[in-house]
Amino acid sequence: MKDVLELLCSVRRGRIAGRDESESRPDERPIRTDGGAVDDRSSLRRWLDSDLVQSAPFWLPPFLLMGFFVYAAIGWNFLLSLTSYSGFGDPNYGDLSFENYWTMFEDPGMWAATRNTFVLLVGFTLACLVVGLVLALLLDREIRFGRPLRTIYLLPFALSFIVTAQFWRWMYNVNNGIVNQFIGLFGLGPYNWLGSPRLVLGSVIFALVWQFSGYTMIIYLAALRSIPNDQYEAARVDGASTIRMYRRVIVPQLRPAMVSASVVLMLFALKAFDFLYAISDGYRPRRGADILATKMVRESFSRSEWAYGSAIAILLFVLSLAVIAPYLYNQYKRGNL
Amino acid sequence: MSEKSVTTETPSATDRATEGIELGRVGLYATLIGLVGFYLVPIESGFVTSIKTSEALRDTAPFFPPGPGGTTFEKWQIAFDYLAPGLVNSVLFTIPSTILCAIFGSMAAYGLTLVKWRGQVAVLALFIAGIFVPYQAVIVPLYEFWTQWAQLDARLAFLWGLPLLAEHHATLLELIITHTAYGVPIITLLFRSQYKTMSWEMIEAARLDGASVWRIYRRIVLPLSVPMFAVVFIFQFTQIWNEFLFSLTIIGSVNNPAASATLILSGLGEALEGTDYPLRMAGAFITALPTLLVYVLFADKFAEGVRV
Repeated sequence: MKDVLELLCSVRRGRIAGRDESESRPDERPIRTDGGAVDDRSSLRRWLDSDLVQSAPFWLPPFLLMGFFVYAAIGWNFLLSLTSYSGFGDPNYGDLSFENYWTMFEDPGMWAATRNTFVLLVGFTLACLVVGLVLALLLDREIRFGRPLRTIYLLPFALSFIVTAQFWRWMYNVNNGIVNQFIGLFGLGPYNWLGSPRLVLGSVIFALVWQFSGYTMIIYLAALRSIPNDQYEAARVDGASTIRMYRRVIVPQLRPAMVSASVVLMLFALKAFDFLYAISDGYRPRRGADILATKMVRESFSRSEWAYGSAIAILLFVLSLAVIAPYLYNQYKRGNL
Repeated sequence: MSEKSVTTETPSATDRATEGIELGRVGLYATLIGLVGFYLVPIESGFVTSIKTSEALRDTAPFFPPGPGGTTFEKWQIAFDYLAPGLVNSVLFTIPSTILCAIFGSMAAYGLTLVKWRGQVAVLALFIAGIFVPYQAVIVPLYEFWTQWAQLDARLAFLWGLPLLAEHHATLLELIITHTAYGVPIITLLFRSQYKTMSWEMIEAARLDGASVWRIYRRIVLPLSVPMFAVVFIFQFTQIWNEFLFSLTIIGSVNNPAASATLILSGLGEALEGTDYPLRMAGAFITALPTLLVYVLFADKFAEGVRV
């Protein structure tokens, strides 16, 4: 603590000194680490003192670690997808072709997986955005127990996919699962939620919305909090009804939050593998619930079609790039990057 | 959150006809309580199922607690015996990688945010894009790298004679490195969100005073990052503990002595004659216990980490 105080004092002194100095120098040279002394250093010395080199020990090690495992790995994955590697010996990098990518077009399982991926992507993201919005608007009012309620709604997000899949296997149980018992009260069912190819994807989406809507709620709540108070006042003075106020004042301002939440949600949906793995029996997917992520892992790890699996992985990567590239570009243009 | 409730009470409630409000309030609370049911029932039914005897399981609805005499913690005992090595392994790789992630993330965010240099945005963009890379796109090379290339278990063979060390710790080391590498981007972003709001003048002034980049980090930035470190620890601990795909890739089999808790849980209670749901539920709770504890104790900090 004493160190910090001391430093703060020296900072104040330095600031005044710095200002004097910059005033005495008309040329607007950038402020340097050496405190702006007359520059008589060699070019090597100057390079060593530059901000790039000075800050490199901080960002370079994490960058190399991350770069190796993320970017080099993706490059390697692409290379593997051009081979015909099936897990025996070493991949033959001398004989590269796009054959695996052509195979994808002829693979009927691929079409089903792609369709299911899109259904999951769109259905899950939209449902989470809507449920999260409802939760946030309900909680963003003068209510008692707001904090514990928020904690309860976000609770499933803290659990692993593997854990929540266990709960939902039990919920969807054909014989005496709670879902069937509940709809039984209205004279419906029972349905085989996870066993029927027509119902399984919807059931999975429902369970995932249960797990992730709290996440969307938190994002919205943060955005709602940043809406200035006088906007409500102004709308109220203008005599806007509550509904109109939500439609015209509140919801439009949530758009940036909506965009960033949906990017993250879509990426959760693209890699919902864990959940499907645990709600099915391992690599063998539920009929009607095979998505690209599950197909990719199955081809690689269960069927040892490593090269083909890598090709599907590249397709997944391109898909996620299509989601994030516009988002990142937008963030860059807004100056958030 | 408390300031916010003050902010928004204005439009909703204060000056409308009393009766309308009363009815609206009742509806509001009914909805909120219904939603509590929706979010808690899967967890609640999992819990009551895990403590039922087989008779109670047959005779009571899954939602209801077991009647008197129908309670047993037998399944918890069995599940714990299965999971115990997995829990130890999970702790052994989760905590070091959480700490490493936090250190690396803070360093990277500092080097990329508070020190200005040209070309910074490009490097930063690579970090941020790294958050969004689907793990499926890297697991095959990851598998190749650790099994064919690095072969840590063979290379570190000289260590396994030492007390407390065993061959499967090589696999845990692989997991530590992997989780650190993939955690760094998101943690960098978390620290960056805080560093962006830090007083730029103070740092600039310290530099004019001749403080080195390292000194500024140690004396100004690090002390001010302490609250963010807490957020990051909580968030990343949960993330790594809950992770499954890397365990499946690197560890591979439930029978591997390095198996993580989530990996063991994924295969728990599977028998030829059907699924042992009570055992699975007990296992789910035991696996989730550390993260549940962190979540309940530090709910606000957790939410802060989620919000990035």
